[in-house]
Amino acid sequence: MPEFTGPVQHVELSTTLWLIALLPLLGSVTNAIFGRRLQKSHFGHDLAHKLHIGSLGVTLVAVGAMLAAFALSLWHVAKLLALPEAHRFLFCHAWEMVRIGSVDFGFDFALDPLSSVMILIITGVGTLIHVYAAAYMHHDGAYWRFFAYLNLFVFSMLLLVLGDGFMVMFFGWEGVGLCSYLLIGFWYDDYAKASAGMKAFVTNRVGDWGFVTGLMLLFWALGGAWLEGGSYQPDNLPRLAAVAVESGEAEHGGHEAGGEHGAVTAKAHDADGDDAVGHHAKAAHPQGNGTFDFTVLPGAKVYVDGALAGISPLTGKSLHAGRHTLRVVPGGGTDDLEIPSFSVEAGGETMVSLIGPALSFRSLHDQLVVRDAAGHHTVREGLQSKKAWGGVGVITLACLCLFLGATGKSAQIPLFVWLPDAMAGPTPVSALIHAATMVTAGVYMIARLSWLFALSPVASGVVALVGALTALFAATIGLYQYDIKKVLAYSTVSQLGFMFIGVGVGAYWAGVFHLMTHAFFKACLFLGSGSVIHGMHAVVHGEAAAQDMRKMGGLKRVMPITSRTYFVACLAITAAPFPLFAGFWSKDEILWRAFTTENIALVPGALIYAIGLAAAACTSFYMWRSYYLTFEGEHALPKIATEVHESPAAITWVLVVLAALSTVAGVLFGFSTHLLGGHGEPMLEEWLSPVLQHAVVSFREGGLGLEYALMALSVGLAIASWALAKKRYGAGRPADWAAREEGLPLFDAIQHKYWVDEAYGAAIIGPILKLRLVLADLDKWAIDGIVNGAGVVGRAAAWTSGAIDHHLVDGAVNFVADRTFAAGERLRTVQTGRIQSYLYGLVGGVLFFACLGYFLGR
Amino acid sequence: MHLGLVHYLTVSAVLFGLGLLTVMTRRNTVGILLGVELLLNAAALNFIAFEHFVAGGAAGQVFTIFIITLAASEVAIALAIVLQVYRGHRSILADRLTDLKN
Repeated sequence: MPEFTGPVQHVELSTTLWLIALLPLLGSVTNAIFGRRLQKSHFGHDLAHKLHIGSLGVTLVAVGAMLAAFALSLWHVAKLLALPEAHRFLFCHAWEMVRIGSVDFGFDFALDPLSSVMILIITGVGTLIHVYAAAYMHHDGAYWRFFAYLNLFVFSMLLLVLGDGFMVMFFGWEGVGLCSYLLIGFWYDDYAKASAGMKAFVTNRVGDWGFVTGLMLLFWALGGAWLEGGSYQPDNLPRLAAVAVESGEAEHGGHEAGGEHGAVTAKAHDADGDDAVGHHAKAAHPQGNGTFDFTVLPGAKVYVDGALAGISPLTGKSLHAGRHTLRVVPGGGTDDLEIPSFSVEAGGETMVSLIGPALSFRSLHDQLVVRDAAGHHTVREGLQSKKAWGGVGVITLACLCLFLGATGKSAQIPLFVWLPDAMAGPTPVSALIHAATMVTAGVYMIARLSWLFALSPVASGVVALVGALTALFAATIGLYQYDIKKVLAYSTVSQLGFMFIGVGVGAYWAGVFHLMTHAFFKACLFLGSGSVIHGMHAVVHGEAAAQDMRKMGGLKRVMPITSRTYFVACLAITAAPFPLFAGFWSKDEILWRAFTTENIALVPGALIYAIGLAAAACTSFYMWRSYYLTFEGEHALPKIATEVHESPAAITWVLVVLAALSTVAGVLFGFSTHLLGGHGEPMLEEWLSPVLQHAVVSFREGGLGLEYALMALSVGLAIASWALAKKRYGAGRPADWAAREEGLPLFDAIQHKYWVDEAYGAAIIGPILKLRLVLADLDKWAIDGIVNGAGVVGRAAAWTSGAIDHHLVDGAVNFVADRTFAAGERLRTVQTGRIQSYLYGLVGGVLFFACLGYFLGR
Repeated sequence: MHLGLVHYLTVSAVLFGLGLLTVMTRRNTVGILLGVELLLNAAALNFIAFEHFVAGGAAGQVFTIFIITLAASEVAIALAIVLQVYRGHRSILADRLTDLKN
C-alpha cells in the first residue's frame, strides 16, 4: 500500500454528543406515553391559565427537553471553540449496526463547525418555537400529541445533522419526513389537511429515491474495478492507508486560491527504499515520538506491531519514530485488515484512512484529499475519471441524484409543490419544520458534501440554476396571494432557492449563512402570521378566512408587538427600504458569489445573478404587500378594532427574540472587514472554513467597486419594489385595490400558481390514477378470475374426491364389516352352549372322517 | 378259547361307545360324569391291552394308574362343582346351566 499525505480530518473524542439528540427523544416518548394523563390532570392548572398556555406538565417536558438540548449544544459548541481550528471535530461512536466487508453502517455522531451551526439553529429556534406553540396550541385537545410529534421532529433533525455518515443522516432524513407528515396532518379529521400531509410525504419519496440512488452510485464508484473483458470486480474488503497528516496551515487558503492544492509541502513524504532504511536507522536511535490516530471503523481492535493498541476510535497514541506494522480486527462480517508497514515521523502525526467505498462523510472526504508520494490525488482522480453510460461522469450523476433528494426535502423545482400545501399544519409547525429547519436539510447536505459537489461543475451548475429558477418562480407566485401563510410559503421556497444558488455556485458558507438568517426572519414572519391568525379568529370563522389578508388591515393598532416584529423581519428578508438587517448580508453575499463564480460549467454566473436579482425584487414587493395589507390602512372588518387583541406574552416574547436575531445576526456573522478595505473574512466563513476548505472552488476577482455597485443595484431594485408596494397597498391604499390587481397582466396565471399542480395532475397524477383504475379492473377480472377459477376447480375436485371416498373407499370398508357382522350373526346360532350338541358334532365329524378314511384310505 | 387283543379292544370299544352314548344323551350332570368315567376306563383298558399284546414294558400300566388317579380327582372336583351348582340353581340339568351364555 502506498503511503499518502494529506490534510485529513483530526478527530476529538466525545462521549456526550449523543445526549443532544437523546433529550428530545426522551421528551417525545414521555409525552407520547404519559402526555394524555398529564394533560387531563390538574397539575399547574392555574399557572398555565395565567400564562395562556396548555397543560403545564406537557409543556414542561417538551420545552424542558428542548432547553436542555440547547444548553448541551451550547456546551459542545464551546468545547469545539476551545479546540484548535483543524481539530474541531467531535466524534462519538454509539454502536455498530452492520459491518460486512466494505459496508459499514455505524451509528456515529459527529459535530463539526457546520453541524454546530445547524444544531444551534435547531435547538435554539426550536426552543423558541416550542414556547410559542405552548401558547398557540393551548386550546387543542391533542396538545400532548402535538408536542410529542414536535420533539420527535427535533430528534430526527438532530440525527440528520449530527450523523457522521450517510446512514444516520438518512435515518434523520426519513424521520423528519415522517414528522412533517404527522404534523401537516395534525388535524387529521379535516380531509384537505390529511391529504396535504400525504402529498408532502409522497413527493418526498420521489426525492428520497434520488438520495439513495446517488448514495449507491457514489458507493459503487469509489470501489471495485472494471477488469479486462468487461467484468466488474467489487471490493470485498475495505482498504486502509496510512496518511501522514499535514497541518492545516500548509493547506490554508485552498478555499479561495482555486485550482489544485499545491503539491509541494514542507513535509512531503518519500516512501522509497533508501528512505525506509533511513527510518530504520532512526528507529535504532530514537529521535523522538510521533502520534498515531486510528479513527475509522469505530469499534475495531487495533494492533500495532503485534500488540493491542486500543479500540478504534483511537487518538494521540504515541509511537516511536520509524516503521511499524498495523493489524485491525474489525469484527462483524469483515476479515482482518493489515498495513504491513507504515512510517511515523518524529513530531509528526500519522492517521489511517479508508480508501474505497465508505458511508462516513469523514472517510469519503479524507480519501479525496490525500495525495500519494508523487503528489497525485489518486483517489480523487480515479473517481473523476469514472464514467457511466454515455460518458457522463459518475460524480456528476451521483451529485444530481443527491440533488434530486435535496429538491424533495427542500422544495425546489420540480418537487416544490408540497410545501405550499404543507401550510395546512399548525403555524408553529410551518415555522419550525417548513421554514427554519427541515426544508434546509437539502442545503445542509450539499454543504456537507461540498468537496464532492465542487468536483462536478455540471452538477453545481444545475444546483445553482434550479435554485435561481425556483427563487424567481416562487417569488412571482407570491406576488398576488391573498392567504398570508401562502405568501410566506412561496417566500420560503424562493429563499431556499437563494440558498441553493449559494451552494451551487460554490459559496457554501454563504448558503449556510442564508440558511441561518432565513431561519431567524422566516420563523419570525411565520410566527407573526400565526399571532395574526390567532387574533383574527376572534372576528372571523374558519381557517381560510382567518388567513385571508383581504379581511385584515390596520392590525398595527391592535397588535403593536406583532406588527413591529413582522416589520423588522420584513426588513431582514427584503433589505429595503433600509439594508443592513440579517437577510441583506446573506443574500448579497450569495448574489455577489453568483456573479463572480467560476465553478459552474453550464450557465454564466451573471445569468444566475440576474435571475436572483429579479427574485430579490419580487421578494421585496410581496413581503411589503403582505405587511401593508395586514397591518396598515383601514380595518377591513370594523369589529377588528374592538375584538382583536395582542397575543399572550409567550407569543410576543418569542417574536421579539427572533426579531432581535433577524436584526443583528447578519452583521454579527456576515460582516467582512474587506468591504472597508481590510482583509478580515466574515466570522461565519472563518468558522466554517475547516469544513468547507477542501471544496475546490474559485471566484473571479471582482474588485470592491463592482461589489458595491452590484450591492447598490440589488438594494435599489428592492427599494423600488418596496416603494411600489407602499404606493399600491400602503396606509392610503384605494378601496378597490384587489379589483385593480385582477386587471394586471399575468394575474390569472400567478393566482393559479401557473397551474403547476394542475399540470402535475394532468401529466403524472391523472395517468397514475387512471392506471390505478385499469389495475383495479385487471385485479378484479383477471387476477380475481384466476383465483376464483382455481377455487371452483378446487371445489369440484374436492367434491369428486369426497364422493369417491364416501362411496368407494368407505363403501368397501363398510361392506366387509357388514358381511363379517352378518356372518357372525348366523354363526352364533351354532354355539348353543350345550355340551351334548358339540359332542354330536364331534362324534359326527369323527365318524365322517373315519368313514372317509375307511373308504378312501385303500 | 384264546383271549386275544381283539377281544380286549372289542370290550374297550363297547365300553367307549356306552360311555359316549351316556355323555351325549344324559341331561343330568352326574350321569354325564358317569359316562366320562366309562370313557376313561375304556381308554385305560386300551393302554393295558396294547401294552400286554404289542409294546411290552410298563408304560401302559403307568398311564393307566395315571388315568385312575386323574379320574378319582376329577370325580372329586366335579362332584363338588355339581353340589355348588345345585345349591345355586336347585338343578343339576346340564341344559339349564346357561349363566355364562351370551
